[in-house]
Amino acid sequence: MLLARVIGNVVATQKNQRYEGSRVMLCRQITPEGEDMDYTCLALDSVSAGIGDMVLIVQEGWSASTASTGKAGAAIDSAIVGVVDYIDLLPNEKKRQK
Amino acid sequence: MQLARVIGTVVATIKNESLEGRKFLIVQTLDAELKPKGKPQVALDAVGAGVGELVFWCRGKEASFPFKRDSTPTDCTIVGIVDSEKHIFVNSK
Repeated sequence: MLLARVIGNVVATQKNQRYEGSRVMLCRQITPEGEDMDYTCLALDSVSAGIGDMVLIVQEGWSASTASTGKAGAAIDSAIVGVVDYIDLLPNEKKRQK
Repeated sequence: MQLARVIGTVVATIKNESLEGRKFLIVQTLDAELKPKGKPQVALDAVGAGVGELVFWCRGKEASFPFKRDSTPTDCTIVGIVDSEKHIFVNSK
């Protein structure tokens, strides 16, 4: 699972039927310390995340599809499955990653 | 499956219903020499691992098999705890 920050959302009126009623969020991957990384992706929302939230993204088809639409088999490869409250890191890991 | 070190925990109150009661851990993947490889990621715990422990994780659809497989959304699950660093035997010829 990826740690990411929600940086926006995408509005698409014309989309696959299975996406009906779900929100497509634009997310940027972050490090456990909260620093931005280069990777960005679109993910369907299953937890009512908002812009600026730190979230958990699952990137596996079956899981993403069941989490965000309730059924498997939709053409979805990423879904937001949690909103992060806080992260505890080992002290020496914080140092190592800097 | 990959070896990894658990380096932290993630707390998320709001999460997908089927993840209720599950533990998220941050894992740093290691190579055969136990050196960090790649960036840390978040894994779901299936074996009761804790911070600082040496574990191995599984990716893909199979990651949800330790749980209720059809409804648990995960792509990375900790499936084993290595007894200690001495319990990794590398036979390099």
